[in-house]
Amino acid sequence: MKKQNLKAWLYLLPAIAFLGVFMVYPLIDVVIYSLEEGYNSASQTLTGVGLYNFRYVLRDPFFIQALKNTFILVAITVPLSTGLALLISLALNSIKKLRDLFQTIYFLPYVTNTLAVGLVFMILFDKTEYTDGLVNAFIRIFGGPTVDFIDGPYWAKMLVLCLYTVWIVLPFKILILTSALASVKQDYYKAAKVDGTPKFRVFTRITLPMISPMIFYLVITGFIGAFKAYSDSVALFGVNLNAAGMNTIVGYVYDMLYGNSGGYPSYASAAALILFAIVLSITCINLLVSKKTAVQGG
Amino acid sequence: MNVILKNLTKTFPGRTSKDKPVTAVNNFDFEIPDGKLIALLGPSGCGKSTMLNIICGLEDPTSGKIFFGETDVTDLPPESRGVGMVFQNYALYPHMTVRQNIMFPLQNFRGKDKLTKAQMEERVLEAAKLVRIDNLMHRKPAEMSGGQQQRVAIARALVKLPGLLLLDEPLSNLDARLRLETREEIRRIQKKTGITTIFVTHDQEEAMSISDMIVVMKDGIFQQMGKPQEVYDDPVNLFVAKFLGTPAINVFEAEVRGGKLFIGDDDAADVPDVKDGPVYAAIRPEGFIPAKDGRLSCDFISVEVMGRDITVLSSNAACENPVIRSIVDADNKIEPQEGKVRFNVKRHKLFLFDKETGERIRFKVEND
Amino acid sequence: MSNLKKKKGSAVLTVLKYVLLVLWALIVLFPFYWMVLTSLKGYADYNSEATPAFFTLSPTLENYVKAFTAVPLAKYFLNTFIFTVITTALMLAVIIFAAFAFARLNFKGKNLVFTLFLSLMMIPAELVVITNFVTITDLGLRNTFLGLILPSVTSVFYIYLLKENFEQVPYELYKAAKVDGTSDIKYLFKVLVPICKPTVVTVVILKVIECWNSYVWPRLITDDPDYFLVSNGIQEIRQNGFGRENIPAMMASVVVISVPLIILFLIFRKKIMEGVSRGGTKG
Repeated sequence: MKKQNLKAWLYLLPAIAFLGVFMVYPLIDVVIYSLEEGYNSASQTLTGVGLYNFRYVLRDPFFIQALKNTFILVAITVPLSTGLALLISLALNSIKKLRDLFQTIYFLPYVTNTLAVGLVFMILFDKTEYTDGLVNAFIRIFGGPTVDFIDGPYWAKMLVLCLYTVWIVLPFKILILTSALASVKQDYYKAAKVDGTPKFRVFTRITLPMISPMIFYLVITGFIGAFKAYSDSVALFGVNLNAAGMNTIVGYVYDMLYGNSGGYPSYASAAALILFAIVLSITCINLLVSKKTAVQGG
Repeated sequence: MNVILKNLTKTFPGRTSKDKPVTAVNNFDFEIPDGKLIALLGPSGCGKSTMLNIICGLEDPTSGKIFFGETDVTDLPPESRGVGMVFQNYALYPHMTVRQNIMFPLQNFRGKDKLTKAQMEERVLEAAKLVRIDNLMHRKPAEMSGGQQQRVAIARALVKLPGLLLLDEPLSNLDARLRLETREEIRRIQKKTGITTIFVTHDQEEAMSISDMIVVMKDGIFQQMGKPQEVYDDPVNLFVAKFLGTPAINVFEAEVRGGKLFIGDDDAADVPDVKDGPVYAAIRPEGFIPAKDGRLSCDFISVEVMGRDITVLSSNAACENPVIRSIVDADNKIEPQEGKVRFNVKRHKLFLFDKETGERIRFKVEND
Repeated sequence: MSNLKKKKGSAVLTVLKYVLLVLWALIVLFPFYWMVLTSLKGYADYNSEATPAFFTLSPTLENYVKAFTAVPLAKYFLNTFIFTVITTALMLAVIIFAAFAFARLNFKGKNLVFTLFLSLMMIPAELVVITNFVTITDLGLRNTFLGLILPSVTSVFYIYLLKENFEQVPYELYKAAKVDGTSDIKYLFKVLVPICKPTVVTVVILKVIECWNSYVWPRLITDDPDYFLVSNGIQEIRQNGFGRENIPAMMASVVVISVPLIILFLIFRKKIMEGVSRGGTKG
C-alpha cells in the first residue's frame, strides 16, 4: 500500500506540478493582485490594500464600453445561434440525402483559425476608398445606403461582430444538437405515429424534452463562451479595440496586462475577477432555471 | 503442488467510514491436494473471487497464511507465485492477436528465466496446441467465439507452466451448448497437464460435474469440503443441502416427537435418538417413494413425464418450497386419491437440521 | 382531402428544409471561396474592381509567392509546427500518467485530489493568464518556445477524458497483467494506451487544433516576430504586412494558414467531430 501510494504520486507529479504553477498559484495570486493598490511591477511596491482597483476598473470608460459590448454580444448571439442551430439540426436530422456532406460543411468553421477567417469577413464588409466591398455592393443593388461595417457606426460594427461570432460558434452547436437528435430513440416517434400525433406536437412533447438537457448545455457553454469573446473582435477590428470602441471584457484584461496601456496587472486582475463573477452568476442562474424546468418537465 | 490455506481472513473497509467493514473471507482453513481439480462453490458475493485473488496474490489477506507446497507465499507478489489465472471475461488484450496474447506473459520473464525468441514461440505453440487453437494464432479476440476466447485465456495462463491454475467463473459467459463442451475441455486439459486447478463457480451443477472436490462457501465462511457426491449425500448444514442439487431439496418445517418426525400431522419417518423439538426436514427429490399407504400425504398438482423418470409435483402446507418435486421411477403409477398423493421417505435422503443454527442433526439410518 | 393537404404541406416543408440547409452551407462556404478567389486575383486586378467580381479570368499565384517572401510566413509556420508538436507531446505524457494514476492505482486522498482536479476545470483561462504572464516574464522566458509551451501542457479535461476511457478497459486486464508480472509502465504503454488509441488520437487532434489556432497567450508572450505563431503572424500581416491595401496577398496567407487544419479535418472528420461532441469547446 505504501509503495502504491508513492508510485501513484509519482505518476501524478507532472500534472500536479504544472497545474500548481500555472493554475492554482495564479488563482490565488490574481486575488492578491486585485487587492494591491498602486502596485508597480517594476519597483514591486504598493501603496495599500483594498478595493481601489475594482473601483477604478468599474469607473474606467473603456471597461464600461467593453462591458456593454460584451453584454450586447451575449444577448444577441446566444439566443440567435442556439435557435439557428436548432433549426438547422432539425432540418438536417429529417433528411437522408446529402446529410453527411452538409454536416461536414457546417463543421468547417470550427477547424479554421479565428484570426485568419476574420480577415475574410473584414474584407467582405469593409469599405475603403477603392472598393465598397462585397456586402455593400449587395446593399447598393437593393438600393440601400452603403455603410462602413469595419470603421463606421457602432451598430454596423456590432452587427458584423455578432454575425462572425454566430458563424464561428454554430458548428459546435449544430454538432451537439444533431447528435442529441439522432440519439432520441426511433421507438418514440413510431409510437407517436401510431397514435396519430401531429408533427408539431411530436416536436414539443417528445423531441424538445428529450434534447432539452443538451440545449441547456449549449446555452450555458454559449453564455460562458460569449462572455469570453475576444479573438473574433481582434480579427475584425484589429488589436486596438479600445480605439475602435469594440473591446470586450477579456480584451480589456489583456490590454491592461500588456499592450498599449503598458502593464497594470492589478487592474487586469480586478477586471478578470469581475468577469469571473459575472460568468459564475450567469451560469448559476442558468443551472437553476434548467433544473427547475427539468423537474417540471419530468 | 498442494496449496494450504491457514486461518485466512480478508476484511474490506466499508464504502464510507460509517459502514461496517465487510468480511469477504473469514478464517479459511483447508488444504488443496496436489493435481486435483477443485471447485470453489457458493452463491454470488460469498467471497469466492476474493479467495481466488488472495491465492494468486492480487489481494493481500488481512490475516492468515498461504503455502504452496512447503513455501510460504503470503507476502510474494503474484508474478513470483507461479500461478496462471483465467478471468471471467477472459481479460484478453483486445489489440493483440492470439499469439501475442499467449506470448505476453513470457515476455515478462527476467534474469535467468528469460527465454529466447525461439523458445517463446515453441512454448506458445505448445500451449495453443494443448487447447486446440493453434489454427487461430493470428486472429484478434473480437474475431473469435466466446469458447475460443476462453481457450486462448487458458493457453495464456498455462504458457508460464504454472504450478497452480486458477479459473474465475470460467463458463459463466458461454451459452448452454458451449458450456458443456468447455467444461469437458477444462477437465481434459487439467487431466492432461496434471496442474492443481481451482475454479470458482456459483453453478453447483458445473462444480459437481467436473471437479474432484468441491469447497462450499457462504458469506466468506467455509462450509464443507469433499468429493461432490459425498457433499451431496452428506451435507453438514441446511445451506449446503439447499445449495446442491437440481431440482432443489424439499425443505419442511417439522417436529420430532418421540423418535418420530412429524410433518404437519403426518408421522413421516422414524428418526431414532433425535431429541424432541422443532427441526427442518429436508428430503431430496429422489427420496420419495409413492405408496398408497405412504406416511406423508401431499396435495397432488401434476405429473411431469421425462421418460425414464417422472416428477410428481405436489404441495404441502409445511413445505418451504411452493412445490414439492419428487422424482420417481416411471414404473410407479401415480393415482391421487381425493387430490392427495402419499409417499414414504427414503431415510438416507432425509436430512434433519437444527431450527436455530441450521446444523445437521444426525440419526441412525438402517437399510431402508 | 386531409391526406392530400398533408402531402402538399410536407412537400413544402421539405423544400423549405433544403433551402435552409443550402443557404447555410453557402454562408459557411462563401468566406472560404472568397479567400481562395481573392488570393488568386492580381493586386492591380483586385484594386481596379470597384464592385468585387465573383470570379477571375486571370488567376495568378504571385500572391502566394509574396506571402512567403514579403513576410516570414514560413517562419510562422515552422514556429507553429514546433509549438504544436512539443506542446502536444508533452501534454500527452503528462495526462497519460495522471489518468493512469486516477484510473488504476489506489492511493490515499485519490478522491480528494481528483475532485480538486475537476474543480479546476471551471477556472477560466482568463483568470490565470495574468499571473502566468508575470511568471513567464519573471523567468525571462518571453519570446522563447518554453514560455509559449509551458502553461498549456496540462489539461484537466483531457486527463478526465482519458481516465474515463482507461476505466472502461476491464479491470481484469490489469489483474491479468499483474499475475503475469507486468510492470505498471509496461501495462500502461503496451496494453492501456493501445486499447484506448481512439481516445488518445482524439485528444491529440483536438490539442493540435487548439495549438494551431491559439492566439491570446502567444500574443502576450511574444513580441519578437521570430517567435510568432500563425495567428499572431496573420495579425501582424494585417497591421503592417504587405501594406494595408494588398488584400490578395493577405488572403493568400490566410489560405495557407487555413489549409493544414482543413486537410486534417477532412482526413479525420469522424474522429474530430466525435471528439468535439464528447466535450470539446472552441479552445
